[in-house]
Amino acid sequence: MAEPDRSSAVRVALLYPELLGTYGDRGNARVLVQRLAWRGVPAELVEAPWGEPAPASCDIYVLGGGEDSPQASAAAALIAEGVVNRAVDDGAAVLGVCAGFQILGHSFFGPGGAARPGLGLLDCTTARRASPRIVGEILVEPNPEVGLPALSGYENHAGLTDLGPRAVPLGRVDVGVGNGDGTEGALEGRVVGTYLHGPVLARNPALADLILSWFVGELEPLDDSEITDLREERRQYVAAEQARRSVRRWRRYRRRRMSSTARPRAANFSV
Amino acid sequence: MTAMERTASVKALKGVVTGIATVSRLTGRGGGAVIGGRVALALDKGALGKLAAGRSLFLVSGTNGKTTTTALLAAALGTAGPIVHNTTGANLKTGLVSALAKDLESPVAVLEVDEAALVPVLAETTATAVVLLNLSRDQLDRYGEVRLAAQKWRTSLGARPEVHVVANCDDPLVVWAAQAGGSVTWVSTGQRWRIDATSCPNCGGRVTWAGEVWSCSCGLARPEPEIQGGGDDVEFGGRSFPVQLQLPGRCNAANAAMAVAAARVAGVDPEDALAAMVGIANVAGRYREVNLGPASARLLLAKNPAGWNEILDFLAAPPAGVVVAVNARGPDGYDTSWLWDVDFERLEGRPVVAAGERALDVAVRLRYAGVPHDVCPDPLVAARRLPPGKVELVANYTAFQTVLGAVDG
Repeated sequence: MAEPDRSSAVRVALLYPELLGTYGDRGNARVLVQRLAWRGVPAELVEAPWGEPAPASCDIYVLGGGEDSPQASAAAALIAEGVVNRAVDDGAAVLGVCAGFQILGHSFFGPGGAARPGLGLLDCTTARRASPRIVGEILVEPNPEVGLPALSGYENHAGLTDLGPRAVPLGRVDVGVGNGDGTEGALEGRVVGTYLHGPVLARNPALADLILSWFVGELEPLDDSEITDLREERRQYVAAEQARRSVRRWRRYRRRRMSSTARPRAANFSV
Repeated sequence: MTAMERTASVKALKGVVTGIATVSRLTGRGGGAVIGGRVALALDKGALGKLAAGRSLFLVSGTNGKTTTTALLAAALGTAGPIVHNTTGANLKTGLVSALAKDLESPVAVLEVDEAALVPVLAETTATAVVLLNLSRDQLDRYGEVRLAAQKWRTSLGARPEVHVVANCDDPLVVWAAQAGGSVTWVSTGQRWRIDATSCPNCGGRVTWAGEVWSCSCGLARPEPEIQGGGDDVEFGGRSFPVQLQLPGRCNAANAAMAVAAARVAGVDPEDALAAMVGIANVAGRYREVNLGPASARLLLAKNPAGWNEILDFLAAPPAGVVVAVNARGPDGYDTSWLWDVDFERLEGRPVVAAGERALDVAVRLRYAGVPHDVCPDPLVAARRLPPGKVELVANYTAFQTVLGAVDG
């Protein structure tokens, strides 16, 4: 499947940024293109505005996060056009983040809570809802099957996603919620879904290079020292946050015990 | 409650707020703009309504430009008589109560109100007018859905038809909310951030633009403006009034146009309003020039992509350096993904330092933008590290507060 000797530019389509671009996820498309440009591999970013035909014959399609109503509009347009499904049949890759991840599955929540059909490119369904909404830093331990280092990001979603047998998760959640059952994200063929913003490829260059390698073969390493520093800073922040939380939990527990049993009654005191 | 009882309770609230502010200052806990209001509200849930009663009340809300527009409107209305306004950007109910309690006499109040706080503030007061500037993505983890904010505005304006609305007709989200009001003055500000309103707030369909004019197939469309601004002039009633602000940029010309429109509601003539605005050189520290030894830094606040893209338009040309200072505390939003919606590519050719508590997020963004940079978390040290001369220090909310605190010692 890999095409290491291709002469044409790798084309990265940013789909409907007006609908699926609330959380800076357009950065994923920039990261993909830039990481090829740094290596002297020709690459092209194709912006696909909503209301115009989605570009066919792109190599990688990127879908970001968005609100309920725009998410439903994007799914409806993509199903009507069928461009992305046909491209995947021909070997294209897709990265869907958050709302973009959900619409790659079989179904997701539409505005008002009714189930809407997705593109069926990932064997997964988003039919459960978390309350309150899940918002915060997320750290994911890698799935050895996928071969990526730990994933770092920020999640902000209400929908929870259940994977079917054809999709493998990107990893297990160390801190955060992800899919909702301890796993995070999904991979099936060349279709990737994740709840991680940040944007995900900015914080996780190995995932960007994995996707790119499907089209240009093995890639030479880049100087990612600033990204490594950022990943380490986020990892430490999350660890410190976890520690603070467990101290708070312990204090709450002690207070409860004190108030129920250990605290002497006022009547026992004589001052 | 009789008028005398009301006067007594309002005076008591003033005592609470000024007393606590004094204690707060004396114990080194800051100016107490918020804590006094918090105690007053704990003692009397209706404090805001009581303190606002009997005054002509002007509210200013929106994602960007609230503090500046409030200052410009306060200057304009100040030409007609004494006014009270919240000057420091404390724009939640607590801040409003504090500001009003400190001045019981002024018959006119101009208050900047947080987008979410506008709903309870409208419900608890009888405002003369509310000024709606714009709505765009901000504090991603807190606001989430910007159209939800528009929906809440719409519902609460629908319940207060007696409140006159002054609204930006170039922002579809604002128009949809403002249309629920009883009477509206539409102002064109030439807003350019459009991506948050491409999906129609009314029907979910596609909003299309033809130049300045936008419309959706459901019928929601740009209303004809009564006042035009955002450039060198404010146009109103077939006349053109030159805008001469010390404050830089297209965004402040737009803020001035909104303030002119609101001042008209109080009977202040556009010419007098604009003349009063000329004197404003900085607003709550924003646009202020500070001497940092080798560097002379201009302090600028940018907390979201729409605000940043306005500032990129008027940054001093190279070789002036730029400090990009970003924190991610509660008031900033914990998610820094928004940095990827800012065209930092436009900083190319300038010396740049990534700063703030999230300097590394900025650094990675700048790297992908092809902008060479240093990394230095302390924004003031970062400014001194740049080549001597003019420096633009652009910070988001809490980073900006930290800089102001350090500059004022």
